[in-house]
Amino acid sequence: METLAKHPVIEVKNVNKSFGDNHVLKDFSMSVYPGENLVILGKSGSGKSVLIKCIISLIQADNGKILVLDSPIQDLEQDELDHLRADIGFLFQSNALYDSMTVRENLEFPLRIHWTKEERALGADDALKEALEDVGLLHTIDMMPSELSGGMKKRVALARSLILRPKVILYDEPTTGLDPITSREISELMVSVQKKYNATSVIISHDLNCIRIASTRVIMLIDGTCYADGTYDELNKSTDPKVKEFFE
Amino acid sequence: MKYQTINQVKYLKFLNNEFFKEAGELSRFTARFFRELSKPKQEYEEFIHQCYWIGYKTLMLVGVTAFIMGLVMTIQSRPTLVEFGAESLLPSMVSISLIREISPVITALICAGKIGSGLGAELGSMKVTEQIDAMEVSGTNPFKYLVVSRVMAATLMVPILSSLANAISLYGAYLGVNIRGHVSWHLYWFQVFDALSFGDIIPSLIKTFFFGFAIGIVGCYKGFSSQKGTEGVGRSATTAVIVASLMVFILDLIAVQVTDILGLT
Repeated sequence: METLAKHPVIEVKNVNKSFGDNHVLKDFSMSVYPGENLVILGKSGSGKSVLIKCIISLIQADNGKILVLDSPIQDLEQDELDHLRADIGFLFQSNALYDSMTVRENLEFPLRIHWTKEERALGADDALKEALEDVGLLHTIDMMPSELSGGMKKRVALARSLILRPKVILYDEPTTGLDPITSREISELMVSVQKKYNATSVIISHDLNCIRIASTRVIMLIDGTCYADGTYDELNKSTDPKVKEFFE
Repeated sequence: MKYQTINQVKYLKFLNNEFFKEAGELSRFTARFFRELSKPKQEYEEFIHQCYWIGYKTLMLVGVTAFIMGLVMTIQSRPTLVEFGAESLLPSMVSISLIREISPVITALICAGKIGSGLGAELGSMKVTEQIDAMEVSGTNPFKYLVVSRVMAATLMVPILSSLANAISLYGAYLGVNIRGHVSWHLYWFQVFDALSFGDIIPSLIKTFFFGFAIGIVGCYKGFSSQKGTEGVGRSATTAVIVASLMVFILDLIAVQVTDILGLT
């Protein structure tokens, strides 16, 4: 109840999105409050990734309204959108590290747009080292992405999304394709990063361990709508057959 | 029989639709290129980087091919000229053929193979691994960073490579002339430059800018429109080479016609 009193960081209101005849999001609404680690849970193809990409405007919603940090993201000019994106970190499912660049160059890449030349000369090195230290991979700074393991790539991608100290971090299936131990490490890392940066996180996942460790609230996305909303424990104890199906 | 004819008509209609759809998409992509090019804040650092990759890294391949091309063409042309008692015209004839047509087209075809496939595969793999989305999320305009810089680099580097290929192929031709005969260094170059005029060199140089642009834009378009999966990346690279090579020939045909109409031949 405490969160309801706060002003939401992300507000999604009656959003619809279709791809041809496939109606992925149906009048979907949700709010994310400051300091939350909200997990969006759903089957593959249920529209979780579409939703998170609509939030950062990589995909345009057909209608409805999306407010991120009080800005209507669909109505922004390109410059305004680029400026807002500096406050949003995005961890891609495939990591999306630039494979022709070293770890250092990957992390420096967002700085070239959002920091001036002087700022970069003065503070880029420290920011880089801090972000890599936060994910425990300072020693990989001059390595190429191809030299890193799956878990390390994920951490470097997380460091890249942290470099601008975002207020909101969006994670698209952060533990997919990782072994259980590394998945657990990444989940714990997401919690520690959220605490350190005082950020708000939206995590797309269907990994129950990740959800248990990282979530403060869970939304179940079924048939393009918000089917259930509650904490991990609340949903775990639910008697609804569709919710139970996920947690069993 | 009738059923087969209907199927063939349907298939032709499908091919036709696909062709026009693709041509429309490519035109839209080209229009976007000019829009982005006209906006301020270009990616100069990436442009220089691409000039290095497209130009310097292709130089060896183009140089060796040009040398062999000049040499072989001279050796192949000699018997015909000897038959007509016009052996002394060998340097003039070979230099005109090389500079006007063969060297620019062969250089462009090599570039279509190397640069076109490279761009198609590079941008295609970036697309399917969400690297282009990651660029957009970080506030960088991926079209400007990836496409404008690469197309501009190709447009500038192909004419430079072609000019170098012209020079190297003439050295190859000199060797070819002297394998069976003897023409002094001075006489050879005197005959070459005596035969050539600006009307041979300038149109041939101008058309290579268009070749470079076509190779760059087709390679980038194919990469940028790559479908999901590694199969799509392979297809992008292959079709980039095919379409770019075809465009080189079409542009060459247009250039020859325009040169002819302007009376520069």
